[in-house]
Order: sequence, then structure tokens, then C-alpha cells
Amino acid sequence: MTTVRDAFESMAWGAAPESATLAMEWLDRHHRRFGHFINGEWTAPSDTFAVINPATARELAQVTQGSDADVDAAVAAARAALPGWRGLDGHGRARWLYAIARGVQRNSRLFAVVESLDNGKPIRESRDIDIPLFARHFYHHAGWAQLLDREFPGMEAVGVAGQVIPWNFPLLMLAWKIAPAIAAGNTVVLKPAEFTPLTALCFAELLEEIGLPRGVVNIITGDGRTGAALVGHADVDKVAFTGSTDVGRAIRSATAGSGKRLTLELGGKSPFIVFDDADLDSVVEGVVDAIWFNQGQVCCAGSRILVAESIAEKLTAKLRARMETLRVGSPLDKSVDIGAIVAPVQLERIAALVKQGCDEGATCWQPSWSVPSEGLFYPPTLFTNVSPAAMVAQVEIFGPVVVLMTFRTPDEAVEIANNTRYGLAASVWSENVNLALDVAPRLKAGTVWINCTNVFDAASGFGGYRESGYGREGGREGVYEYLKVTRKHHPERSEGSRSIVIPRLRPGRTSPPIDRTPKLYIAGKQVRPDSGYSLPVHDSKGRVIAEVGRGNRKDIRNAVEAAHAAGGWSRATAHLRAQVLYYIGENLAARADEFAARLKSFTGANGSKEVDAAVRRCFSYAAWADKYDGAVHHTPLRNVTLAMPEPLGAIGIACPDEAPLLSFLALTLPAIAMGNRVVVIPSERAPLLATDLYQVFDTSDLPGGVINIVTGLREELLAPLAGHDDVDAIWVFASRAEAAAAEKLSAGNMKRTWTEWSVRAWDDPLEAEGPEFLRQATQVKNIWVPYGA
Amino acid sequence: MTTAETRPVRNPRSVISYSEPAAPLPPGLVPRNPGMPLDLGWVRDARVNRSAVERRAATIPTRRSIKTAWQAGWLLRAITLIDLTTLQGDDTPGRVRRLCAKARQPVRADLLESLGMQDVGMRVAAVCVYHAFVRTAVEALEGSGIPVAAVSAGFPAGLTPFKTRLAEIEASVADGAEEIDIVITRAHVLTGNWQALYDEVRAFRETCGAVHLKAILGTGELATLKDVSRASLVAMMAGADFIKTSTGKESVNAVLPVGIVMVRAIREYRERTGHCVGFKPAGGIRKAKESLDWLAMMKEELGDRWLRPDLFRFGASTLLADIERQLEHYITGRYSAAHRHPLA
Repeated sequence: MTTVRDAFESMAWGAAPESATLAMEWLDRHHRRFGHFINGEWTAPSDTFAVINPATARELAQVTQGSDADVDAAVAAARAALPGWRGLDGHGRARWLYAIARGVQRNSRLFAVVESLDNGKPIRESRDIDIPLFARHFYHHAGWAQLLDREFPGMEAVGVAGQVIPWNFPLLMLAWKIAPAIAAGNTVVLKPAEFTPLTALCFAELLEEIGLPRGVVNIITGDGRTGAALVGHADVDKVAFTGSTDVGRAIRSATAGSGKRLTLELGGKSPFIVFDDADLDSVVEGVVDAIWFNQGQVCCAGSRILVAESIAEKLTAKLRARMETLRVGSPLDKSVDIGAIVAPVQLERIAALVKQGCDEGATCWQPSWSVPSEGLFYPPTLFTNVSPAAMVAQVEIFGPVVVLMTFRTPDEAVEIANNTRYGLAASVWSENVNLALDVAPRLKAGTVWINCTNVFDAASGFGGYRESGYGREGGREGVYEYLKVTRKHHPERSEGSRSIVIPRLRPGRTSPPIDRTPKLYIAGKQVRPDSGYSLPVHDSKGRVIAEVGRGNRKDIRNAVEAAHAAGGWSRATAHLRAQVLYYIGENLAARADEFAARLKSFTGANGSKEVDAAVRRCFSYAAWADKYDGAVHHTPLRNVTLAMPEPLGAIGIACPDEAPLLSFLALTLPAIAMGNRVVVIPSERAPLLATDLYQVFDTSDLPGGVINIVTGLREELLAPLAGHDDVDAIWVFASRAEAAAAEKLSAGNMKRTWTEWSVRAWDDPLEAEGPEFLRQATQVKNIWVPYGA
Repeated sequence: MTTAETRPVRNPRSVISYSEPAAPLPPGLVPRNPGMPLDLGWVRDARVNRSAVERRAATIPTRRSIKTAWQAGWLLRAITLIDLTTLQGDDTPGRVRRLCAKARQPVRADLLESLGMQDVGMRVAAVCVYHAFVRTAVEALEGSGIPVAAVSAGFPAGLTPFKTRLAEIEASVADGAEEIDIVITRAHVLTGNWQALYDEVRAFRETCGAVHLKAILGTGELATLKDVSRASLVAMMAGADFIKTSTGKESVNAVLPVGIVMVRAIREYRERTGHCVGFKPAGGIRKAKESLDWLAMMKEELGDRWLRPDLFRFGASTLLADIERQLEHYITGRYSAAHRHPLA
């Protein structure tokens, strides 16, 4: 027993335990056994497994392993609740979300303690960060429910959402999933992680208490099998997942061709860039927040410190000194910085990766003190003498382990920062606003924090670039993920790609006309197809009217390279892009008759209306080019949070056969208006409408490589395009089978997908033009810029 | 008292390499800071990010929670760090004598006994008064070992003639003050005249001789944290034994973000020169809980050695009363009342 005198003399941190009594009483009230929460009722516990407190390795409770039948029942309950919930007006839903937010605050300490018991995170974090953000998310989205009709006209709830969340922020992730979903009128089946299901069940009890209509939110527990059953369920319209990139990839493949909307928030290896003019003492605290927050088990953890070579030694010394003062221990001790690692398997993985890092020759540094021997603890760890090629610099460790590398110039910092498959977040430290704001847009990351890190808010969207997933959670951009555009029903496209080459049938001629076999259009040049083969093109009466090049995978490769080489287009001013788009419209109008005639040869009908619509579409996207603005989010920090729509990069587009000129432009123009470069597979049946555009583009100052066109058999071309690891998005407007194949292949690099197999009314601007297209052509990057003299 | 005046000033860059953090200090007496030539490059290199510092300040009290016996022990330590202060226009010899009596016996004897602290010799670190009362205080504190600190050099604005300010220091030293709390000319900071600031503090230090010098920066009037950091560095280079936040007369006094910036400057100065400088937040620290936050900040940013009176002080007048109430609460379990504790 420490005496006052001892404390007076030693001035040691004492123990400051948070009581777990009420949390334990809550568990006891449930006899430490839980069923699922389905249709507003608790099922009887069955086939249960243990939930462990990682700080003590003691069992907290038993929860039920969700079976296929459980998933069926939960999805059915959500489906049954959907009409009523969607039918409620925005204000009605807002009141429920508001009630949830209030309920969360009323029980905030219970939630915090259960969270720390279950997950192992320090009570300071669950109390001061997780739970306040959890409540804030429901308040914020109560607001979106209230404003939904006004702010999202012409859109409706997607339907039943199946949501699977990870163990690192059990309640916060639950809020990120459930709040926007139910605000927008969806109903939900959520599966918490098998390691950390307790707070979700505590939340279910809150819903029961406030009387949320039955079936609107259903919680089922279980491991990956339950999750797979949920995302694979035929009656789920929307899948939202946060977790590892491997599982995200599997979900993308499993849902290919299902038509399910998908939001994936996956792994990361986020850079933490320190320039030589940064406030280094603040940088050190930034590193503490970046990698020693939640034991480093944070998808956006700043796990790669990139520091200017001139200050690397100084920063390393400061970091090591700071690491000595960090405290690892009981998550329920209010004076602890780092709690317990969630599960033995995770602790073993961290230890193994650190050992491998040491074996590879990196310098490993850990504080002089040792971590508690009981429970699952790991000390803060810093690797120096690391190169970008080192395993520890590449792999997501998901623990309190950070690597430090150096750079020489801002360009090199960006290059190393982007030298990863991931793109979740980045942090930039400099006292020079010019430098920071130059670097931030060049980083491939959904969130960039300037002079701060790991700050979150419901008003700001969060999500990844590249293999860190897609979709955003939070803010206006996050609400879109749970809405779909209300549209008239259109028939499904039936025909797929021709898989066989139709024999050539040329009518006999006495004197051959000058041959005009169009080539491919790559890097602003007309190039012969690599294959050396051509394909016949037939008119509406089945006569061969021309041949086009039969592109192959190498042509796709070349086209993608050309698209990347044209990166200057993304950096060009919006005004310049608008000028080019107007010019395209102008030149297209000048040749309107020629295009109308060409359309007539394919359709037999007058094509002038479609040409006119195409010219209008050029003007529309020229107009949009400098008007699809970002936003400044109102986040509760003294900062500006800049939500910037950025181009995706290189987009592959497979065009449909209907309205061959208009659909080509309707898809291509929004993409390039936003600064993307495209590789387009035009209509297989009527490719000449695209090939006729070569000369229009050439005369419109369109830089080479911005639009690349590869004609041929869609099936042959789509596979290498959808599978290409350097293509950032794939848009497929073709048959369901082709869309499914492309979605499956897209999982390789987690490229964004936009697929549609029902016909569009391309001539209807309400349906085939505008924000829906621009949203698909962009991803929102949120840049947090705190300020203060 | 150790004087290091004659020790040559070492090249700051060559003293400590950055490969290892500075070694912990021994508990014994620390040599005085001799100062060093003004290094303008270093001063201008100072970088402070206000938002980041404020985030750190906001989380220090939430990252560390001092409870039960530790809280009582820490609060007792806080008492030993207080410069018990009266700086009012209506101060009188009687008032100062009363304060000195409290300084000798800051906590009720029965409470100390309950806490097992009766034989520790609990007393405050110093008594801080205007020059007019230095002699009164010295007499009242005779035999207690408690030094008298005098605010000086045109306190609180520091705008009296320079010669007058030096004479004021001399007079207080002659009257028996062992510590001199001077104020800097804020205008030197606001105009970036670092040389003038350096020369001023250097002159004060020389006038002090063997008496310790605390340099009050008046941070509430320096506007930016970067200038707080720069002024801290210049004062230390000029040989200040302590740097102190405020006079207590500015509209913003001791706040944690400013404290963080100043103690980080102290840390940097120590890492680069090997010299230890003390820190004194003053003004506005009234609650026991606030004193714990400051102690936690010192422990985190500078280490345990800066939790002793030779390197850390609270400039406070009413803090002690709240600490006494908290100590009684610790003992009895009942919340206490101010009137149960002897008046200062």
C-alpha cells in the first residue's frame, strides 16, 4: 500500500482504476450469455463462443455463432421493416437518430467501460474519443435524416444493408455504419467482430429501450462465416465492410455481378511526413497519436514516418525519449497510454513481424521498461535504418510499431509516401503552408492531416484510395453511399460480347474505294492493332460497311500507359479542360451531318437528334468542369477541413451498344472533365461513331493520351482492362455477365467499379448526365488544416 | 550556493549529440545556468505549432489521472513548490507577516499528522512580495530557511528607466531578497529586438550576482507561441535561472499551452548546452486540480527532476487554500470548507 509520504517523495504515477462494477453487472444481467438482436427481440443463445478480456485473458461472456438461418431471419426482419422505415419522413427518422444519440450519451460510461474491457483500449480513449465520436455520428446523421429530401432530391434508400465491422473501434465503426444507413432510410443487419461484440449488444439493448421500430437495426454475432453469409445473402442490397484488404477483396469477388452496392474501408500503411521546418516536439506528440493510439490497431495509423534527412537524427532522439514516458498497462487505468492487444493471434503476428524486421537488418528500438507479463501487451516500437523495400515498411503490422525513413526533397517525400498499394490517410508536418498545401493534393490518400493526425469527425468523409477501399463514411459524401438515384425501370441488356468473328461478307465491287479502316487511338495517335487483325462492321441491314482494328491485351496495355503519361491533364486547370470540352462540342457540331449519317447507317433512323444531344453533352461537361466544387466541412476543430473532389486517375470504360455516339460521350466526358484519363472500349456493334471522333479530338486541342480508344471484341478487351493493376476504376455498361467478370477482376487492385446492365435513356439529361456521373468520376479527399498563430 | 559564472560557455552544438536523449539528472544541486552568447540562428529557428500544442495541452490532464494517496502526496509536493505571493496595492507589513506565518505552516498540524507528514518540515518554496516588503518578509521568515523573492525591474510593465530597474534589483538584494523576479521589456519581443532583450536580461543577471534570477516573460502580452519560445531561449541564453510565464497582471496568465512551449524550450536548451533552467508558471493557478495538471506536464515533458523547488515553482496566492481543502477531504472523506483552514 503506497503511503502519502511515498507518493510525496517518489512522485510516481499511481494507479487510477476505472471501476468495472456496473459493466460487470450489465453482463451479469444477461447471465453473460447473449443471443442475436433480430426484429427487436433477443434470440436464445446457442452455439456460443467465448469473448475474452485481452487485458486479463479472462472470459467476459458467451455470444452466439450466427448461422445461415440466423442471417436469413435478420435479413428478413430488415426487409420487412424497410417499407415502413423508408416511408417515414425525414423528420421522423431524425427523431429516432436523435433519441439514439441521447441514449448513447446517457450511458456513455457504461459503453466506454465495456468497450475497454472487450477490446483492451485505454479507458481514456474509449471515454474521450470513441464514445463522443459515436454520439456525434448519430447527432450529425440525425441532421442528414432531417434534410434528406431537400439535400438529396431524386434519390432513395438503397434497401437492406449488410454491415460487417472490425474489432479495433467496435462502437465507432458501428456508428459509422448504422447512422448514415438508417438516416437515409435503409434498414440494417450488422455483424460486429467476433473478438469485440459486446458493445454492439449493449447498443442493441439501448435500441430496445428507446423502442426503435422492429427490424430497422438487427445485430447478429459470429465469426467470418456469419459475415460471409451476410454479405453473400441474396436479399441484401448494400454491403459495407471495414476490415482487412484481403477480406475486402474476397467480398468484391463474392458480390461481383450481384448488383449490390459496396463500401469497403480496408487496410493502410499511412505515411507521416515530417519536413525540416516542422515543430518537432509537436511532431513527436503527433507520432504518439498516429501509432500509439489504440495500440497502433488503427487502419489509418501513421505507421511510416518519412522525415527530412537533415532532422532525422534529432527526431529519432526525441521519439526515443518520448517512448520512455509512455505507459503500457491495464486498459481500465486512467493513466495508461497503451492498453492491451485485442487477441493472442494479433499479438503473435506483431511479434513475428517485428522479429522479421530485425532479421532483415532494421534497427529496432523499444523503451527500457517492460510491459505487464499477464494479459496481451506489446511495447511501443520504433524501427530506424529502414528502406522502402523492407518488409516492415510495406506490410500493415496493425500494432504499436512504426518505421522511420528519410527523404531529401518534397518530391521524394511524395514518391515514397505513394509507394504503397494503400491510400487511406497521410499526415504532413511543416510550418510552411505553401509546402503543406503543395504536398497534400499529391498524396494518394483519402484523408490528409496537416500538422495533426488521427482526428475524425462525422462531418468529414473518411475512406481510401487504391487498395484501402472505396466509398466514404461521414459527411455528405458518406450519405451518398446509402442512396441510389430513383430511376424508371429499364430492360436489361441481353446481348453480350461477340465471342466469334463473323465471316467477312463484302459485296463485290468493280473499283475499290479508298480504304478507310480506322485504327486504334492511343496517345493521340492512330496506331495499328498489335494483333494485325481487323473486324468487320455491319450496318443495320447486315452489310459490311467497314473494318476496325481488333485490339488485344497489348493494345490495352499501351493505352493504359498512354493514359498515365497524360497525367498533366489532371493537373491542368478546370478552365482549360472546359475550353477543350467546348472545342470538342464545336467541332462535333461542325460535322453533325456526317455523324448523323453514320448513326443512320447503324440504326436506319435519323441520327441528328442524337448528334444534337451529344453536342449539348459536350457543353454540359464543359460547364461542369469548373463547377463541381468541393466543400469546407464544419468539423469541431479550429481548422478548415477541405473536401476536394479529385480525379481517380486512369479509368477504363466499356460502352454499351445503345446510342453509340451519345453513350460514348456521356461516359467519357464526365471522366475527362474531372481530370481523369480514359481507356475506352466503344460499342462493339457501332464502333465507327467512336473512331470518327479521332479527328474531332485531334482538332480540339485534346492532349494525346487523355482519351484512348481500343476497338475490338469487348470480352477480349475488358478482361485485361478490368484486371490491369494500374487502372484506377472500371466502368462497364454492358451485359450482366460482362459486368460480373469485370467486377471479379477489379478485385486485384481494388479498382473502383461502376457497372450497369440495364439500358439507360442516354438522351435524357436527368438520367444520363450530371452529379451522378461526376461523383463516379471523382473521389473526395479531405484535407484537415488546423490553424493558429 | 554554486556559482558557475566563470565556467566557459561551451559550444552548444558540440555538447550533446542527438543520438541519445539527455541523461537523467542526479537529485543533488544543479549548477546555475551561466548563460551563453546570443545565438540568433537558434532563436529564429524556433517553431511552434499552436494547434498541436493546444491538443497536447488538452490531453495532458486526460492522459494522467492522479488519485487517492498519490493525489495527496502530489498535492503536498505542490505546496513545497509554491512561491506564496502577495502583490497587491494594499499590501501592508501586517499582511506580509501573516503570509510569512502561513508559509512556515502551510498545512494544519493535525492534517499533516494524519498524512504521516508531521516530520517532513512542510513549508512553501518562497514568499514573493514587492520590494517595499522584502525586509519585513526576511525578518518574518528568519530561521525558517524560506527565501524571499522580490518582483523587480519595474514590475509589472517593466517600462521604468533602465537604471532605475537595475537600482531596484540592487535595493532588493541589499534588503535580503534571495530571488529576484524581473519582467522583460515585452516591446523587445514584439519588435524582434532579441539583442536588446538579451542585453537587458544579462544586465539584470549581473546585477543579481549570487541571487537567483527569474525572468518573467509576460506571455499573455507576447501574442504568439513562437515568440514565447524565442523569448524563453533568449532569457536562458542571457543567464536566467528560471523562466516565468506571467506577472499575474496580464489578462491571460499561466495556461498549459504556454507552459508546454516554455518547458520544451528549457528541454532544448538543456539538450544543447547541458544547463538546467527552472520554470515558474504564475497567475491564475487557483485549484488543486490545476496544480496536478502542471505537475503532470512537468513530469511528462521534463522529467521528475523538475518537480523540485530548485527547478519548478508555482507563483500563486490562493492555490494553497484549495490544496488544504483537498487534503482534508482525502483524510476525512468529506468535502472541506475554506474557513476550516488558517488564513494566509
